[in-house]
Amino acid sequence: MFLGAFTWTEFAQQLAAGIREGAIYAGLALAIVIIYRSTRVINFAQGEMATFTTFIAWSLMNHGLSFWTAFPIVLAIAFAGGVAIERVVIRPVENAPVLTIVIITLGLALLLNGLMSVIWGGANRQFNGPFSTRTIDVGSVPISVQDIGIVAVSVGLVVLLGLFFRFTKLGLALRAAAVNPESSRLVGIRVGWMLALGWGIAAVLGAVAGMMIAPVVFLDPNMMQTILLYAFAAAVLGGLDSPIGAVVGGILLGVTITLLGRYVGFIGSTLKLPAALLLILVLLLVRPGGLFGRVAVRRV
Amino acid sequence: MRARLLLELAGFALLTLVVAALPRFVSDFRARELAIVGMYFIALLGLSILTGYSGQISLGHGAFMAIGGYTTAVLSVDGVYGHQIRDLWTIPIAGVIAGIAGLLVGVPALRLSGLYLALITFGIAVSFPQLPKKFDHFLGGTTGKILNLAKPPFGLHTTTNNWIYYLTWGIALVLLLAAWWLVRGKTGRALKAIRDSEVAAASSGISLARYKTLAFGISAFYAGVAGSLYAIANAYVNPDVFPIILSVYLVVGLAVGGLDSLVGLIAGAGLIYFLQNHSDTVARWLNHLPALSLDPKQPGIPSMIFGAVLIVVMLLLPTGAGGLVRRVFGPLTSRLYTRS
Amino acid sequence: MSLLELHNVEARYGPVKALHGVSLEVGDGELVAVLGANGAGKTTTLRAISGTVRSSGDVVFAGKKLSRRPETTARGGIAHVPEGRGTFSELSVWENLRLGAYARRANVKEEARRVYKFFPRLEGRHDQQAGTLSGGEQQMLALGRAMMARPKLLLLDEPSLGLAPIVVIQIFEALARMKRDDGMSVLVVEQNANLALEYAARAYLLEVGNVVVEGTSDELRANESVRKSYLGY
Repeated sequence: MFLGAFTWTEFAQQLAAGIREGAIYAGLALAIVIIYRSTRVINFAQGEMATFTTFIAWSLMNHGLSFWTAFPIVLAIAFAGGVAIERVVIRPVENAPVLTIVIITLGLALLLNGLMSVIWGGANRQFNGPFSTRTIDVGSVPISVQDIGIVAVSVGLVVLLGLFFRFTKLGLALRAAAVNPESSRLVGIRVGWMLALGWGIAAVLGAVAGMMIAPVVFLDPNMMQTILLYAFAAAVLGGLDSPIGAVVGGILLGVTITLLGRYVGFIGSTLKLPAALLLILVLLLVRPGGLFGRVAVRRV
Repeated sequence: MRARLLLELAGFALLTLVVAALPRFVSDFRARELAIVGMYFIALLGLSILTGYSGQISLGHGAFMAIGGYTTAVLSVDGVYGHQIRDLWTIPIAGVIAGIAGLLVGVPALRLSGLYLALITFGIAVSFPQLPKKFDHFLGGTTGKILNLAKPPFGLHTTTNNWIYYLTWGIALVLLLAAWWLVRGKTGRALKAIRDSEVAAASSGISLARYKTLAFGISAFYAGVAGSLYAIANAYVNPDVFPIILSVYLVVGLAVGGLDSLVGLIAGAGLIYFLQNHSDTVARWLNHLPALSLDPKQPGIPSMIFGAVLIVVMLLLPTGAGGLVRRVFGPLTSRLYTRS
Repeated sequence: MSLLELHNVEARYGPVKALHGVSLEVGDGELVAVLGANGAGKTTTLRAISGTVRSSGDVVFAGKKLSRRPETTARGGIAHVPEGRGTFSELSVWENLRLGAYARRANVKEEARRVYKFFPRLEGRHDQQAGTLSGGEQQMLALGRAMMARPKLLLLDEPSLGLAPIVVIQIFEALARMKRDDGMSVLVVEQNANLALEYAARAYLLEVGNVVVEGTSDELRANESVRKSYLGY
């Protein structure tokens, strides 16, 4: 069952890689949860939106900007794009059946994917990230600086968002609009714009995830597809309406999958995603709402 | 009531006549295309029972089609104990095996609601293509398995494509009648009750577990039959024959067609096929608009067109084509209805 | 001219007409009651004012025609405490109060202290999740949230619903004090007609979407049919 020998050094490296993977899943999963909480929609286009903004970053850097100069510009563009998409494409059908909205986000995903191929072409390209690829020794284990950087940025962003939601007036309004739109209107909150804001924030999260992972996996229009699937899995694992669940779920999933893939020969790399899904399915049988989610229990 | 029923029957009879006569008026290749539309129609029929009637969303039915297709492939190529089975007879077997798989999925699905279920089934759709790669000895891996070319049985003098056309639409008719019978009866009422309110349905004594699982099994059976036919028509199977996006296409066809309208489902099946294989035609139409010049062969353009069409259609017709039909013809038929 | 005037307001839910032309008015600093049985249209009347349901006819507030959108009426000085209280059950008591002051530039801490003086029981539950409060406490919280907005007009829907009599009296006493201290007007919908008439200056009786009786509380109490059908004696 076990592939190759076991060394603690390698285990630590796999663990680090797993945490790094998990940080990416966590960011994207958080985006999915934010949109789900506020608009009750699963945004199947989240991955393509992230890749799109990463391509924009690539173009900016190609024109001479440094990564950190392009970074805030891309975030602003992502934010605006997310708001625009919610207003133009989602708002008109907010009362439509779930299936309809699912189809729309799927259509959006296809549209963006095709658009990227048309504008930038489908070939892999190098993306020069902000972190060097050298390793430093943590204890006696060589860990990549890039991995540390990715985790730091992702975690930092999540913490910032947490503070925003918890302590600012706007963050409170966003939370209120998500849990009780009717009452929110009665205190003067413009719920429609709150929802759009949610999409904007989600788009920013996606953009960061994209720019963090692109140096590792090479940039092409299909870059985020598998990652998005893992992000869905993480969101479900943590509970679709729990932001904390998304983050915890993401990291847990990243670590579990990496370790399983490396140490359980049967799974290897082909069955990583099915294995993840199986695990989550089993978990959902025991806790239908995910780890942190709330489920209205109906016993009939 | 009587008038409405007669109107429905008349329309149905007309439709059957059209379908039966069509191959005489279209090219051989067209017949094959229409046959494939028929296969999608069968799959959509099953899916409409699941989503339209019991209210469960599945984004993974492509996997059940794959199960049906691979069953047919394995049985007709490797056979049972070396005894190859005639492709025709594998169809019901494929359906049953897919149906059992559906029942197996239906059981854990009971604990999942709405979008959780959609995501998990999507996960199934994504994971499935990996299985033939893993068990490549049995299932042919990435290269897949090649079947014998389909031949019309009993020495009938007709082309292969025509034969597949009649086979498909014949089966579609049978399965349609079966679905119609199911939906009119106790099962259909139970499923509709469940869709409208699970709590109310359960309180009325309807066993949620039994009917919801049954819906999964039935819809999987239909998908399996469709997949089996597809394998026969294609004469080979490999992971690319039943790709991930197939599950998406099915749901798209269902949503665009409208969940429980017969005409809508045929339209949905047609749309899936059209957008998949004829995006160059759409591109050419669009090029008539000023300022647009799309090269349909450029990679990415088909996806863009498909995506844009989906968005526009769903924005304009949130309840699908079936909903539109009902809205247009509804007032007409309901007046007949209340008059009596 | 009154603070609030309704002229022939009609409202419907889909094909069903709930209000058939309701006219009423509320003066500055007045507490006015809307009485009637279930389904008479009392809640719909409040909803028509705050803009939660679409209506036709004129709704005039402080001399200006009112916009028909809840976000705007809330910012215009009308606080609507709906049926079921409308608390944000997942958020804490403190967060609920903060939201009450959303549309204002206010020193939230000071305003909250004011609310806690009115409803001391809430202070101890400052960080508690609103959904875990008792019915009476949730009603206090809903009122407190409305107070945070310092509204000119308070729309209150069935405050006594599901509460013990002692608690209800506490609520109404607090209402009366709020009215005195801030000069706030109150339009309260109540099924408990006896209670409402004790605190209200004037009242309207609705039946099937129409105003059938209007006048001062004394006048209503003297009315034979009102007494028999709604006051029980």
